[in-house]
Amino acid sequence: MATNAYVPGAETLLDIYRRTALLKANDERIRKVITSGKIAMVYYSYRGQEVVPSALSACLRDDDQLCTIYRGIHDMLAKGFPLKELWAELAGRTTGSCKGKGGPMHLTFPPKGIMVTTGIVGSSAPIANGLGWAAQLDKSDRVAVATFGDGASNIGAIHESMNLAAVWKLPVIFVCQNNLYAEHTAYKKMTGGETIAARAAGYGMPGIRVNGNDAVEMYAAAAEAVARARAGEGPTLIEAMTFRFHGHNFGDPGEYIPKEEMAAAIANDPVPALRAKLIADGIATEIQLASIEAAIEAEIDEAVEFAVSSPWPVADDLRFDVFAEEIAR
Amino acid sequence: MNAPAKPTVTILAALNKALSDACSEDEKVILLGEDLADPEGGGIVGVTRGLSSKFGDDRVRSTPIAEQAIMGAAIGASLAGYKPVAEIMLMNFTTVAMDMIVNHAAKLRFMSGGQTHVPIVIRTMTGLGYGSGGQHCDYLEAWFAHVAGIKVVAASTPEDAYGLLRSAIEDPDPVLIIENLPTYYTPMSHELPDSSHRVPLGKAAIQREGSDITVVTYARMANETRNAAAKAAEAGVSVEVIDLRTIAPWDRETVLASVRKTGRLLIVHEAVREHGVGAEIAAVVNEELFGELKMPVRRLGGAFAPVPYSKPLEDAFAPNAARILECITQCVN
Repeated sequence: MATNAYVPGAETLLDIYRRTALLKANDERIRKVITSGKIAMVYYSYRGQEVVPSALSACLRDDDQLCTIYRGIHDMLAKGFPLKELWAELAGRTTGSCKGKGGPMHLTFPPKGIMVTTGIVGSSAPIANGLGWAAQLDKSDRVAVATFGDGASNIGAIHESMNLAAVWKLPVIFVCQNNLYAEHTAYKKMTGGETIAARAAGYGMPGIRVNGNDAVEMYAAAAEAVARARAGEGPTLIEAMTFRFHGHNFGDPGEYIPKEEMAAAIANDPVPALRAKLIADGIATEIQLASIEAAIEAEIDEAVEFAVSSPWPVADDLRFDVFAEEIAR
Repeated sequence: MNAPAKPTVTILAALNKALSDACSEDEKVILLGEDLADPEGGGIVGVTRGLSSKFGDDRVRSTPIAEQAIMGAAIGASLAGYKPVAEIMLMNFTTVAMDMIVNHAAKLRFMSGGQTHVPIVIRTMTGLGYGSGGQHCDYLEAWFAHVAGIKVVAASTPEDAYGLLRSAIEDPDPVLIIENLPTYYTPMSHELPDSSHRVPLGKAAIQREGSDITVVTYARMANETRNAAAKAAEAGVSVEVIDLRTIAPWDRETVLASVRKTGRLLIVHEAVREHGVGAEIAAVVNEELFGELKMPVRRLGGAFAPVPYSKPLEDAFAPNAARILECITQCVN
């Protein structure tokens, strides 16, 4: 339950649902497209974690900046990454946001504040601090968000970052998406202490564990953290409890996850749960939501078509974007 | 006739002025690192002394001893339009921030397809001579020169230290500046460089013209080589001394033109010789000038060992003017 003043209104809840529906449909399409052989890519499914970034992004502006990770397409789409540039990048084409040079693990789109996607566990946080420092120097109330997983909470970069953010009182929100599995290893097995949120106290910043699959609870935590950061009151650590419905990477059957645990998580799928809540609370009708979902599917259709019909890069492109000046032939 | 006035200007003073001038001229220049601000002494050796008092604690910040956090903060601020100069106190400490430097600073421009770039400077010091042993004085420039997306710079004079640092701060890409600890305090020049002085990145300096042999070097070994070349001249051997100044990307044109002229090349660096920067230069010279060489390319470098502590071992580890002179003499005979 939300424990603060930040309660999402009907419009906000519908906005959050719109984002979760997009995220869910997009993940399903990516897996379908890989399976069909239409596009080959490395992929880390976020299915099951959609509500966390959707509720978070409902609190953010375009100029707020995000550093996310290889399992982060949900974070980016929720923040507004355009579908065509996304899909063309996944397909490795010149029309992709990174001209095919970054790929699924390094997606970047500064106009929406999506500054860094890292393939290195824990490395989103140190860079988010720098974005926060810049906001401080600019005397702007924009904030920086670092998202990472429960596995990253045990790597040094995260600890160095949380300490520096606290010492410098940076406008940074650390969002740990605890999906209970760090690659193939259960969270409990490799994590000292009961919660990751409790670690925040060690750095002198607020830390809160929430049900990240609950839009109301996640929104309340995110809104409070963002408000603190905007007001110059420093960083917050949010541990958003969630689950992923697939293996670590595409092709990993996830046999290390007990069948009962997986079945229970899928039975509590947060996306249909939010959908049902919107209808039950009279916020939206079945027809409205179905129309939103149909529009999303059509938009994805268009993006995939755009991607696969776009040109491939050529070898000479390797000489550009290494430095500002081109590399001599 | 009066004796010429003794030089008074050090590399340390030149670096301090370069940072001060850069901060004065561009409010986007910001500094961070351990003990950097004046309450902490203005840097462990004083390169940044006076700057936090002059430009404020917001722009000149001391940090925790946390190199990943330092590099991350620099990278992030640069993505948002600032020009951070991060100090990693000693070059060996870059090892705990390699992910930030190699995977992020060097690659974000490329991986983002040019949407972002990382105009940071990393200043770091190193160099043997103070008996610090195996973890405080390595020259690791070859590691960074091997990574596409980061430039590597080292100066051997106050003028170059000033001009390279100013150019590095103005460069739109990450630049690693390697400063030599034992020669920080050596008076070498008579005047501090003017604020308009720049040394372009990627351009070597012919510090002494000669016709018998080319010696390519950088950092403190350039000073040792200049001394060796002066001695060689007394014996009638004409040595051309090239200080690379920018180690990566290095100035092929200047080196190839010189070796084309002399037909002989010796490369000298303090870093371990095996797999060092000298190997790359030797390979390119062989590829380009094989038929014009009067001798195989020679290299002098650090021993294949960690930097040792004991004085006789430390003395034996790296080249010096006497060993460079001996090698030059062998090469021309």
